[in-house]
Amino acid sequence: MSQKVTVRKFDAVIVGAGGAGLRAAIQLSEAGLKTAVLTKVFPTRSHTVAAQGGVAASLGNSEEDHWHWHMYDTVKGSDWLGDQDAIEFMCRKANECVIELEHYGMPFDRLDNGRIYQRPFGGHMSNFGEKPVRRSCAAADRTGHAMLHAMYQRNVKANTQFFVEWMALDLIRDAEGEVLGVTAMEMETGDIYAFHAKATIFATGGAGRIYYSSTNAFINTGDGVGMAARAGIPLEDMEFWQFHPTGVAGAGVLITEGVRGEGGILRNSAGERFMERYAPNAKDLASRDVVSRAMVTEINEGRGCGPNKDFVLLDITHLPPETIMKRLPGIHEIAVQFAGVDALKEPIPVVPTCHYQMGGIPTNYHGQVVVPGKRSQNEIVPGFYAAGECACASVHGANRLGTNSLLDLLVFGKSAGETAVENLKKEPKPHKELPADAFDRTLARLDRLNTQKDGANVHETQLAMRRTMQKHAGVFRFNDLLKEGVQKILEVQQDVQRTEIKDKSKVFNTARIEALELDNLIEVAVATMVSAEARKESRGAHVRDDAPDTPEMPNGRDDTNWLKHTLWYKEGNRLDYKSVTLRPMTVETIALKKRAY
Amino acid sequence: MTTRTLQFKIYRYDPDQDQKPYMQDVAVEVDSTDRKLLDALVKLKAVDDSIAFRRSCREGVCGSDALNINGRNGLACLTDLSSFPDGKPIVLRPLPGLPVIRDLIVDMTQFFKQYHSIKPYLINNDPPPERERLQSPEDREELNGLYECILCACCSTSCPSFWWNPDKFVGPAGLLAAYRFIADTRDQATNERLDNLEDPYRLFRCHTIMNCVDVCPKGLNPTKAIGKIKDMMVKRAI
Repeated sequence: MSQKVTVRKFDAVIVGAGGAGLRAAIQLSEAGLKTAVLTKVFPTRSHTVAAQGGVAASLGNSEEDHWHWHMYDTVKGSDWLGDQDAIEFMCRKANECVIELEHYGMPFDRLDNGRIYQRPFGGHMSNFGEKPVRRSCAAADRTGHAMLHAMYQRNVKANTQFFVEWMALDLIRDAEGEVLGVTAMEMETGDIYAFHAKATIFATGGAGRIYYSSTNAFINTGDGVGMAARAGIPLEDMEFWQFHPTGVAGAGVLITEGVRGEGGILRNSAGERFMERYAPNAKDLASRDVVSRAMVTEINEGRGCGPNKDFVLLDITHLPPETIMKRLPGIHEIAVQFAGVDALKEPIPVVPTCHYQMGGIPTNYHGQVVVPGKRSQNEIVPGFYAAGECACASVHGANRLGTNSLLDLLVFGKSAGETAVENLKKEPKPHKELPADAFDRTLARLDRLNTQKDGANVHETQLAMRRTMQKHAGVFRFNDLLKEGVQKILEVQQDVQRTEIKDKSKVFNTARIEALELDNLIEVAVATMVSAEARKESRGAHVRDDAPDTPEMPNGRDDTNWLKHTLWYKEGNRLDYKSVTLRPMTVETIALKKRAY
Repeated sequence: MTTRTLQFKIYRYDPDQDQKPYMQDVAVEVDSTDRKLLDALVKLKAVDDSIAFRRSCREGVCGSDALNINGRNGLACLTDLSSFPDGKPIVLRPLPGLPVIRDLIVDMTQFFKQYHSIKPYLINNDPPPERERLQSPEDREELNGLYECILCACCSTSCPSFWWNPDKFVGPAGLLAAYRFIADTRDQATNERLDNLEDPYRLFRCHTIMNCVDVCPKGLNPTKAIGKIKDMMVKRAI
């Protein structure tokens, strides 16, 4: 059985309508280009909506600040794996992008003088790492919600054409490697289309659902990353996953770092503010990887709380109730709903929870996808752009700072949009012809799924994947577990290739959608495990038992051998590496040193 | 681990297979880690993959999983399983008043059409300044209780006026959004916005039944916002 494929032509197609996709769409729509935005969910349901604490910009509204300090913090936060040109670009663009957002109508909180309210956040310091600085621009603890709605609203104004509840299935790439659009399924009818475009922008978000315990939404299944991998694009630095220190124990729901920015304190079973031992200067506002490891160490050494001693406590009971209700109203609500505690009176049980994918589709800071080629390690893939969590620019390197994700999606969503507009206007040309095999991969996947007999159950297979990732590639990593993890995840991959659905209906078939999502998740999971097993050092969020802190190798980081980006190729399950860009755009390189907070 | 069996009556309809909708009796076993209705639905789907419903964030901010639960609209991810008494089946239906696509999934076109009709974006025709437009903390506070809407449609689909005239009455969600922009000191289109609502149906079909306030999972009060718009209409007329 082969399905009919209807072809539609656009100048540009954007896949994903979260922060990055909506920001890119504003650029393209306002430039008058014929643009289609495909999204699995109504735009304001995208996971940007769940971001809480704020967006970083050195506006200096409350105290002196400078983009160069922000850049320093970001490079240090990345454990020097971030590309310094992209980091300089992002930090310099931050103010402009946040101000634009305010002009779109974003309801930021305000200071008495009418300017945007800013709060401290982990790892953001003044004067090159001296002391915490107020850099996070916030709308209470609903910054992502306010931002996503403001950008959707701006797109309504710009008449952007949305295809809501359409799931992109595969990238269309011709023999010369040029990207010519995507295949997609209209979820309501099950019909298959091809979006033939001169520019294809991926803004599909992360894949935090590869882990058992995750702050991520159900929809965060790494669709763009999976599509890119199947089309031969390598994935960069996939071993680096951020575990957010404060997910609600058991439920996984996020509690913003803004809680600690407003004065919240982490305590162990003895009531001790244990972060003072791990990060004497920044304490509870150290970088996320540092705080998460400290928490797991406390739990592993028997100082966890609760009957099973398996969580620590986030305490805000010493803060004035007015501050909590004004600055953290959503957290108060979440604590009641998902932890069953009134945070005004009792501390909140929290554990490190998978939160953010630092790696992704390799791009430059113009949002163009780049791959190693004959001439350079960063050759542009014509017609292909990526921004936001699905992309790796790379500004987060081995560990992202809080509030830099919302900044990333603004800056690189805009930049990908701008570059696409520039390229489309610079040399107007007709659509390049689609190759004869343009739909083959998609149709083969759908046929296989429709005809599979005695296959693997989708729900059980994804559970096996998530449990494997959680056990073998968690906050701390162990050589033996990683080696075993590679074997196990490849076994799960075998099952993913033979998943079976009982429901064969064409109409809004969510069973089919979940099976297709699992095809994407497994690419991310395999890339993560294989890349992690291979990196024989500790850096940022990737800390392994056989690379401990020694005088010769501080924090276990091995700059001689491992100051390089990983590239994982699906074909042959193969690894390659490329160098880190240490030279910024205009300023001097931020020199390597041991990371401490 | 303690387990509990929950009985459901679920509205089922797949136009690809079924002549007409029907209510299906199903049971699912949940344990103490399953806190919310959405957890139970995910378990149900693991057993029968044909049950269709929307869901995403599972923490009450994305607005995907609005359902009619025992006759009352709410979000599956914020509804405690412990709130259901033992022995009585939990009745799940799609949101009332909108066409059903399949099972618990409704076609929200009309709902969003009304939202879009109020021009849900900031209108300010002054050239944008180099820095942020200033707004006092007090003026910003006027937006609290308005901007937090998640567009789940619990309110509009519990409103009898919206059931009768979904094409003419903006409905509580759209009107809450209208007032969100009227109340914003940075917006310059108050008169235009009021003109847009000056009509026997668009605003004035609200008869303060207050179902919207009763069901809003975010604790917002569309009726209050509608009242403020009505006041402004009156003040403008005299």
